[in-house]
Amino acid sequence: MSDKPKKLALVASRGTLDWAYPPFILASTAAAMGWEVAIFFTFYGLNLLKKDMHNKIDPASNPAMPMKLPFGPEALQNFNLPIPNVIMGNLPGFQNVATALMKKTFEKKGVATIEQLREMCLEADVHMISCQMTQEVFGFRDEEFIDGIEHGGAATFLDFASDADVSLFI
Amino acid sequence: MTETMFDQELDCQGMLCPLPILKTKKVMDTMNIGEVLKLLSTDAGSVNDINAWTKQTGNHLVSATANEGLYTYFLRKA
Repeated sequence: MSDKPKKLALVASRGTLDWAYPPFILASTAAAMGWEVAIFFTFYGLNLLKKDMHNKIDPASNPAMPMKLPFGPEALQNFNLPIPNVIMGNLPGFQNVATALMKKTFEKKGVATIEQLREMCLEADVHMISCQMTQEVFGFRDEEFIDGIEHGGAATFLDFASDADVSLFI
Repeated sequence: MTETMFDQELDCQGMLCPLPILKTKKVMDTMNIGEVLKLLSTDAGSVNDINAWTKQTGNHLVSATANEGLYTYFLRKA
């Protein structure tokens, strides 16, 4: 191993529950490997920096998402509920139900929560950069975000990513 | 088979990625160089993940065994 740590540069551009996992899983794991990590949160990804995240999933726009119950007999849990997309997209409150079911499934299967992973990233000194431009466009105030984040734009990210070993847009 | 000696034990049964790696790193941080951690996991992905983590961090994987879905690792801190 060389003395200089490896670097991971991520752009997190989405703010739903399903898309919140990849950046925080990769960032926390890279940090656990001793890498230096920065995540640039832009557009809907800014939601992941909020104190109160309100992460939801949208089954209607993810047709490949399995719809399964996190409780009941095993045969029932393994059954993929055949709910037509048009119903998932139009039934009021369906997003909330699907989000609650997925959170329950994650918990039962032993997956960390987004909040836990984000906390571990902060503990490991992962640089979390808020896209100032998007923040202004969406009207998000600094007080809405967690402590310990940085602010910047494309140049800030590119400066970090310019000598990163791994760069991903999520 | 002789039981490998270890200094600390970490039980990650029932946990999925990335928790076994994150918890392993946290415990290893508290250990001294040369000490051995016994890690228990039920995550099938941990076989490759633990290998990758030791490769990246320079820590030593002393042994890895699988027995009916239970994976046991002995890791020596470098």
